[in-house]
Amino acid sequence: MKHLRSIEELGLDGIERILEITKHMAEINTRAVPKVPALRGRTVVSLFLEDSTRTRLSFETAAKRLSADTLTFSVSTSSVNKGESLRDTVETISDMGVDAFVIRHKSAGVPWQMCAWTKSSIINAGDGAHQHPTQALVDCYTVREAFGRDRFDGLMMTIVGDIKHSRVARSNIQAFFLLGADITLVAPPTLLPHDIEHWPVKVNYRLDDVLATTDVLYMLRLQGERMSQGHVPTLREYGEHYGLTQERAERLSPESVVMHPGPMNRGVEMQIDPQDLTNSLIHRQVTNGVAVRMAVLFDVLSGEHSPSNVSLISETL
Amino acid sequence: MVATSIEVMSGSDVRRAITRIAHEIVERNKGVENLVLVGLQRGGTWIADELGSVLATIEPFHLVPVGAIDISMHRDDVAFRPIVIGAISSIPRDISGSIVVLVDDVLFTGRTVRAALEGINNYGRPKAVQLAVLVDRGHRELPIRPDFVGKNLPTQLSDEVSVTDSGVVVKSVGVVVTMPGSS
Repeated sequence: MKHLRSIEELGLDGIERILEITKHMAEINTRAVPKVPALRGRTVVSLFLEDSTRTRLSFETAAKRLSADTLTFSVSTSSVNKGESLRDTVETISDMGVDAFVIRHKSAGVPWQMCAWTKSSIINAGDGAHQHPTQALVDCYTVREAFGRDRFDGLMMTIVGDIKHSRVARSNIQAFFLLGADITLVAPPTLLPHDIEHWPVKVNYRLDDVLATTDVLYMLRLQGERMSQGHVPTLREYGEHYGLTQERAERLSPESVVMHPGPMNRGVEMQIDPQDLTNSLIHRQVTNGVAVRMAVLFDVLSGEHSPSNVSLISETL
Repeated sequence: MVATSIEVMSGSDVRRAITRIAHEIVERNKGVENLVLVGLQRGGTWIADELGSVLATIEPFHLVPVGAIDISMHRDDVAFRPIVIGAISSIPRDISGSIVVLVDDVLFTGRTVRAALEGINNYGRPKAVQLAVLVDRGHRELPIRPDFVGKNLPTQLSDEVSVTDSGVVVKSVGVVVTMPGSS
């Protein structure tokens, strides 16, 4: 695989392949010395033009555990402040000889545009409200681990919150749908995309209606910056209808799990302290983030010249 | 091109070789205390398991832990080697101070063993590492020598050696010689 830009491009086979490689990476992370030489001599640059804590740090941790060299680009101390364009920035870094860009940008489609500017591999770490494929892979791996099964047929996944502006929702819906899950979106109409009838999902405006039948409750961050645009009347009212409260948590089935991609708004969508949830996978999501991103970097970078030589053989002996 | 397959060891030859290697391991280490068997994924794991059960009959009061190591991330030719589904490392305990016996089916270039030597250090610092192989087919590209060998087997570089519990088979591909002038 040369690039990881969207779940759609990755496809079911690609998802399965990355999740299999992730098992190997998860084992490496349990070793006394969690570092292997697999990507020695490769250089990965993380180009984050939007804020991030866990995605950027887990990519960098992942690269280091595979012995790749990492460069970190931070906007505040770069020539972007002097007005250098994204194109010139990418071409400049590319000229230094890097093997992969991990890119986060506020505009959808930037990872595709960048392919015209550099021959390096592109890994999408979030482009606008479009895609966040590694988060979806992390969540698939985490659900697989929690339920002990590879396919999600019959699993009811409920995604709650700001679907409209969420790249996590878009990537997750595609990935979980490919793995067979039934997906229900819960949000006020103002936070649902206008073309929702074309998505492979059910829609419900009331969280209380679906709690009892949910296996995976996926809470999205309500982006405070949307407040001014009239999407929700007040944060308090939103939390009242769509927040996870103690009372709602008690109505979830005991076998169900709660997930959140972070960062979370305590007191808005998370009215309950996650530590009080018995079935939270939020910490597993962060831990697995490193192993999944190791698998992605390995899959993208471990070819000799064309990084697509990684194959899986099922059982030869 | 003519391909020929020759069985060089039968299933019972393989069983006897494993039994002999187990005895040699006990003899060399004066017992099995402090010993850990680690099979190389994928071909060495079943031999390590077999060795473990033979050791259990020789020294019934000391259970020898048996683990497996996946060396795909340590190879120098990582780009050309596929990752095998399910072939994941499992090292049974902290191996610092232990005598680790690496177990593989065929010793060829030695690159797999080099990778395993490096990989094993990620789990601790063993007191010593020894190498047991069922077949040594020669053609080493690195200075690596086995401690316990089931069978020394001279081969051509192009031969394929396959080891299962039902025997060892060498598949040779005949070489077509083209005479000068013929077309």
